[in-house]
Amino acid sequence: MAPISIRNVKKNYGKTAVVHGVDLEIASGEFIVILGPSGCGKSTLLRMVAGLEEISDGEIAIDGTVVNQLEPRQRGCAMVFQNYALYPHMTVAENIGYALKVSGISKAERRQRVEAVAKALSLEPYLDRRPMALSGGQRQRVAMGRAMIREPKVFLFDEPLSNLDAKLRIAMRAEIRRLHRRLGTTSIFVTHDQNEAMTLADRIVVMNAGKVEQVGTPEEVYHFPTSRFVAGFVGSPAMNLLEGRVNETGAFVYDQGRIIPLPAQQGQALAGQRVVLGVRAEAAQLVSAETPGALPATADFIEELGASRVVHTDFDGLPVAVALTGTANCRPGDRVGILIDPQAIHLYSADTGASLAAPAAARLMPVEA
Amino acid sequence: MIERTPIFNFICYTILALGLLIALLPFAIVIIASTLDLQAVNTVPMPLVPSSHFWDNVREAWVRADLGNKLLHSIIFAVSVAAGKVLLSSMAAFTIVYFRFPGRSLIFWMIFITLMLPLEVRIVPTYSIAANALQPFQAILDVTGLTWLIATVFRLQVKLEWGLLNSYPGLVLPLVATATGTFLYRQFYLTVPDELAEASKMDGSGPIRFFVDVLLPLSRPNMIALFTIMFVWAWNQYLWPLLITTDPKFGIAVTELKTLIPSEFGLPDWNVAMAGTLIIMSPPLILVILMQRWFVRGLISTEK
Repeated sequence: MAPISIRNVKKNYGKTAVVHGVDLEIASGEFIVILGPSGCGKSTLLRMVAGLEEISDGEIAIDGTVVNQLEPRQRGCAMVFQNYALYPHMTVAENIGYALKVSGISKAERRQRVEAVAKALSLEPYLDRRPMALSGGQRQRVAMGRAMIREPKVFLFDEPLSNLDAKLRIAMRAEIRRLHRRLGTTSIFVTHDQNEAMTLADRIVVMNAGKVEQVGTPEEVYHFPTSRFVAGFVGSPAMNLLEGRVNETGAFVYDQGRIIPLPAQQGQALAGQRVVLGVRAEAAQLVSAETPGALPATADFIEELGASRVVHTDFDGLPVAVALTGTANCRPGDRVGILIDPQAIHLYSADTGASLAAPAAARLMPVEA
Repeated sequence: MIERTPIFNFICYTILALGLLIALLPFAIVIIASTLDLQAVNTVPMPLVPSSHFWDNVREAWVRADLGNKLLHSIIFAVSVAAGKVLLSSMAAFTIVYFRFPGRSLIFWMIFITLMLPLEVRIVPTYSIAANALQPFQAILDVTGLTWLIATVFRLQVKLEWGLLNSYPGLVLPLVATATGTFLYRQFYLTVPDELAEASKMDGSGPIRFFVDVLLPLSRPNMIALFTIMFVWAWNQYLWPLLITTDPKFGIAVTELKTLIPSEFGLPDWNVAMAGTLIIMSPPLILVILMQRWFVRGLISTEK
């Protein structure tokens, strides 16, 4: 258990900058998920914390000690890799106990601790097997055991669940969460899967193109995305984003001339600006095409999610997703109307992507797992 | 391409059988000749039915060529060369693949270029160094004028000398560097996932620990393949041992084979020569047979 401070950390490969100055304070025992598309620098940031990549600029402190110049083994971090990186020629017990062997701990104590870890991860029956003879989920657990045995100050996870099938991924997610609750170790978890981020994180760090876009709890990130990128990245389906401008009367005018009313105050303040209007699928309502004030669209296809359904519509050539609630129904090709709740509208600057206005009081909606 | 017609199969088998026959015929003649007596082996044409004098011939060859001693020398020589090559190439490739230092690829390519410089090409300089392993240092001292300086100031004549003729180090050391082995090992290391190195870093092991605990055990098939090839290669060395072992008591088996070949006016006892040949070629044969399963696996690919 240790706090981590990341201060203006940068990473360059030659002249290409990959991480442009990240600042992040992680409290002791916190579970942080770094979320972002591939190539956004999230893994690089994690590897800089681990000591596997050099820090080009800025500093990282673990437990108050600046670790820039320390070897990975001196930093007190343990890491779980995406492809597990188990030693193929060692048994499960040897894999888990290797770190202890390196640090010269006696055989008897080693066995005792390996057994304790194996018990916690229900790996006892497999201790004498080689990684080759294990399933994906078991290998994943061995990798976790290898990290746990050192009782590290910090756990680092580099997309550890992306090689598992969907069902196992959910099970392992729960297991990691349970483990964190029990051990309380500060953890940084890197993923591109927002469901993982939503379910695991105390706080989510959304990264894009080497920059931190937003840091916040899963609810904050979902309901109050502070930039256009976060709005378009978090949530499934992602937030609908329409680019247009605000006219003199304070209404949003979409490029084809269709008008979406905005809350009076926000509309007045932004009159004349080019903006991006964002609205979540569940904040839009599907109504019949004739309803006054509804935006006309064509139902494109319907995504069946079990608990809910999402209609993907074609709104003047632009895709707009609308959650289908209750008994309402439609078929692909139907002419439909979309009603947008003015209170649930997000507005972002068309130039910078910065948030201009968020819903006054976001209704707390269930987060989809 | 898979063809399944009886005619095509027949042609394939015929070609294979022919190839096998051509490869095995000399071998068969050696075996048959080694079982004949002096008279039978010299009749023309030589009888192709084995006779019963095999053990007599083997005993005669063993004694005449001092094979007990020479085989021992050969085994020590070939094992040392093969082991040295495995050790050196695994470590050289480890440095080249896992460390970033200036001139890394230059060094690799220089090692690689030595493929084009087999022992036969550089035999004269190699011999002169084996005769005095410190000669290059002496040359440096001479050229820089240090010899002269020491001679004038201290009135001492610097003469470095470390002769390696007629010794195991002299036989083995010039042969242990291997570009082939380094290349083979480099290719193997490149297939080892980077995460393994990173995981062991996180587990707290340094480079040497990683090399010994992870890379060497993983490279076992590779190691065995390389050892087998290099053992056979070293066993069959003729020119270098012939040059360096001037003392008749110190020779190795392959060079000693010459003493069994009948001289122009001597007794034409080819049966004894063939028996000796058979003895001398059996150790590498046995090794290859024992190791072949590993050997093939190490050369084809890596375990995943």
